[in-house]
Amino acid sequence: MMSPLLSAQDLTIQIGDRLVCRNASFEFRQGECWGILGVNGAGKTTLLHTLAGLRAPEKGEISLNGAPLSRLSRRQIARQLGLMPQDTPDPFPANVLDTALIGRHPHLSRWQWESAADIERARTALTQVELAGFEQRSVTTLSGGERRRLALASLLVQAPGLLLLDEPTNHLDLRHQQHLLRLLRQQAQDGAGIVMVLHDINHVVRYCDHVLLLFDKGEICQGLQNEILNAEVLSRLYDHPVIEIALEQQRFFASA
Amino acid sequence: MKRSHFYLPLLFLLAVSSLVLALLSGSVPIPLTELWAVVTGSNQGLSQSLILELRLPRALGAFATGGLLSLAGALMQVLVRNPLADPYVLGISGGAAVAALLAMLFGLGSVWLSGSAFAGALFAMLLVFGLARGRGSWTPTRLLLTGVVLAAGWGALISFILATSPEANIRGMLFWLMGDLGYVQAPLPALLVLLFGLVACWPLGRDLNVLIRGELQAGALGINSGRLQIILFLLASLLTATAVVQAGSIGFVGLVIPHIMRLMGFTDHRLLLPAAALAGGSLLVLADTLARTVLAPQQLPVGIITALLGVPLFLYLLRREVSAR
Repeated sequence: MMSPLLSAQDLTIQIGDRLVCRNASFEFRQGECWGILGVNGAGKTTLLHTLAGLRAPEKGEISLNGAPLSRLSRRQIARQLGLMPQDTPDPFPANVLDTALIGRHPHLSRWQWESAADIERARTALTQVELAGFEQRSVTTLSGGERRRLALASLLVQAPGLLLLDEPTNHLDLRHQQHLLRLLRQQAQDGAGIVMVLHDINHVVRYCDHVLLLFDKGEICQGLQNEILNAEVLSRLYDHPVIEIALEQQRFFASA
Repeated sequence: MKRSHFYLPLLFLLAVSSLVLALLSGSVPIPLTELWAVVTGSNQGLSQSLILELRLPRALGAFATGGLLSLAGALMQVLVRNPLADPYVLGISGGAAVAALLAMLFGLGSVWLSGSAFAGALFAMLLVFGLARGRGSWTPTRLLLTGVVLAAGWGALISFILATSPEANIRGMLFWLMGDLGYVQAPLPALLVLLFGLVACWPLGRDLNVLIRGELQAGALGINSGRLQIILFLLASLLTATAVVQAGSIGFVGLVIPHIMRLMGFTDHRLLLPAAALAGGSLLVLADTLARTVLAPQQLPVGIITALLGVPLFLYLLRREVSAR
């Protein structure tokens, strides 16, 4: 069996007096698609940032492809792990193609300019997120959903083995939500690891094979999606009654 | 091929022609043929000393100052990730001005004046970043707000010094506050600092392209943003302090030139930074030439001209940008 893309050992994360997780251990492997669920403020974003090495955990060790994260340079991390943040500010004008191209940053040396092949990658990624034809548009003219898709294009251009996504479906309409999630699952089938924070349980049921639930007081619950998710667990997670509905051989969850 | 690639050689031409124009014009106009004679060494008369001893140092000083301010402005805008930042807005020029005015008030010589202006600029910058940081990490908005408030404080101190200064000093002080290139004698150090600044930040260009999208994005794309921001901070301080020592506080160039460059299509910092230096230098050379000639023999503070040239140009480009959407 191949070694995990990322593994966390005995991980404790705390922001102020809020415990995100305590002594948690988990592994993300190639081809897996993980959904992270939890209430607002449970620390889902903090967890992603910690896994990306952008902040140090309070305790425990994170390894990326077998190497301790704390001993890797930011650049080495960025070649293996990418993050799509919750929002991507762009205070200065830039066009769509250049914005997608910044994903190549960790792969280029200091003196290297983006090559024709890099531009080709960026165009392909823009086509994948249905932004072909937008190359020369200024990012400031894009809608919220288009910006979200552009952020995903940058991440696809970065092409890391492990993709961490913070609420990737925000601002997207129904069709684009499905398109994006299908695209990510395709990435997983091609060998990448996908870890995403989602709010829609039904997206998790449909597209993720694994889940990580963040309960309060640092308790986490993780494993196979179809084994873990049920109305009882979700009701406890959200502190709100959730019911399960079966429709055309598919499970759906809804607020009771 | 991008539009901006095509503009860069044009900006270089603009820089050269602005310098030539500055050498030719003045209270005694010099024809181009005579300038050529001076360059080749066949003219050793009045024109030669006029050009080599008076106009050339002043034009080069103006170029260096404009280039330094634009480059510093572009770097500060990345640092604060806000298009409103420049040495003037963040109170760096103000701090330098207060220190210089105090030196003038105590009748200190020009070396001391330069030294204290330099120290004042660095102190003002440290103050902005120190106060904005507080106990936690600073956010760009907090940094900008702190700078704006401190700039107002420096302004009050300047008014206080002016109000309590002997009448004889005030005209010199005012000129200094509005920016004056009349005291430039040796432009070489400033030119060298400008060159150093360009060489130092050029390899960081692609990092800056990422950093403008925020510290999080920069970190996720492999940039050690803490270290990068310290480098930017030190560079911007050095550039600003050098410019202020040369010519007093000239507002507007640092704010407007990087924007004009962005509106012209320079969004990649590897091209934006040299373009801003060239354009800022040229703008200040042209503005100073106008300042010397419009009401000759009377000379105007160059800060007035930069604002009069820059405001309409900036507004025009901004409007064109809006209507192009």
